Amino acid sequence: MQMKYIGVESSTIVVLTAVCTGMAFTLQTCVGIMKFGAFDLLGIVISLGMAREIGPILTGLMVNSRAGSAIAAEIGTMKVTEQVDALKTLGINPVQYLAIPRIVASIIVMPCLGLFAIIAGLVGGYVFCLFALQINPDVYILGIRRSLTAADICGGLLKAAFFGFLISTISTHCGFLTKGGARDVGQATTQSVVAGAISILVSNFFLSSILFPVSAIL
Amino acid sequence: MIKIIDLHKKFNSQWVTKGVNLTIPAGKITCIIGRSGEGKSVLLKQIIGLIKPTSGDIIIGDVSITKLHGQALQNVFKTCGYVFQFAALLDSITVYENVALPLTHQGISPEKCREMAMQKLAMVNIGHEVLDKYPSSLSGGMKKRIGIARTLMTDPSIILYDEPTSGLDPINSRIVHELIKSMRDQFGITSVVISHERDIFNYADQVALLHEGTIKYTGNADTIWEDKNPYIYQFIRGLPKGPIQAEKQAYSYL
Repeated sequence: MQMKYIGVESSTIVVLTAVCTGMAFTLQTCVGIMKFGAFDLLGIVISLGMAREIGPILTGLMVNSRAGSAIAAEIGTMKVTEQVDALKTLGINPVQYLAIPRIVASIIVMPCLGLFAIIAGLVGGYVFCLFALQINPDVYILGIRRSLTAADICGGLLKAAFFGFLISTISTHCGFLTKGGARDVGQATTQSVVAGAISILVSNFFLSSILFPVSAIL
Repeated sequence: MIKIIDLHKKFNSQWVTKGVNLTIPAGKITCIIGRSGEGKSVLLKQIIGLIKPTSGDIIIGDVSITKLHGQALQNVFKTCGYVFQFAALLDSITVYENVALPLTHQGISPEKCREMAMQKLAMVNIGHEVLDKYPSSLSGGMKKRIGIARTLMTDPSIILYDEPTSGLDPINSRIVHELIKSMRDQFGITSVVISHERDIFNYADQVALLHEGTIKYTGNADTIWEDKNPYIYQFIRGLPKGPIQAEKQAYSYL
């Protein structure tokens, strides 16, 4: 159920935003490389950018906004309406019952969504090349084939899985800390989204440094 | 038997309970009464271990529960049931799933869970027609009775009721009171009931009055109407004048 909510139901917005971002990314990259006429670099830049950075980050931010906020609000509401206490009195560990399934589901579905985002971003770039820039799309595809490796994709998906862990852990934590009433649930939700987004962006830098070190290209 | 010894609880700088001493006899119904906001629910939650007291002790049987954590506290929950003031049903699952939850979580077969759930729901006068409904589509009174059925699923030896009949019509209130009584008579269940309804005195064995953080009165429910203790005399008759002050703001309008 959690995999359906976090994964399947988030796929549309992840794909949609990835296509649009892929197109915008292609446009701006093209502006830069047109000055040098190096159109063969277009596929290289877009594919590495999408697989290593934009795909996972975009997936993380979208799932954080959609599912992370919902998790924090749901558990926060359960906390203030004594549903979490009710679980305890029934001999059920609330963390085991509410948090663990969401964390596991997020870690499993995020790489899948990340892969969709990478593919959608590359397709967006291809479509933009073909219809707006009128560049031979074979050049774009050749660039992708030449540069994109399994390690790039796996690194990106690993990042997505880590973001899934961060999003679900932060959102469930914020939910469990909620006290008071409706206003406090709103605050916990906001706190969860902000903390989730910041942690994604900060951890992304460190993950990139580890997974794709500068020393590998020097 | 539950022994509450010199129980203090402070939230921020405000003391809610200021030295509660009370003995709740096993297999009996003890009713705790008091003004709204006196900390009756806080006291009940301390008894079951949902809230840790600032100081003092609570002994259930031979076990002091105030220092228990983790699995040891989970074991207390298995013997004690708690009926919440607003039912606290999980709103993302159906009525049946709510009631069966304590057993399904233990891995008991669906057939056995269903049989037990139907039996407990029948005890609180709930029929088959609501099984697949979600709590949000039910009335407050129905939710409350389903909450009681869910508590009964674990067959606890102690049940704490936080205003089990508030919001119920007189017929269903009577059903709940009869149920509490039959739990005592048939299974020897110890019940602690927070209630504002006078009808509970017909079922309770002991009545305790909580006022300003301490127990001002403990006595037999049978003789409560003859008792001359000024606190209980004023409270059960709803007299505005006496040692118990009405809320200051409300009193100024009287």
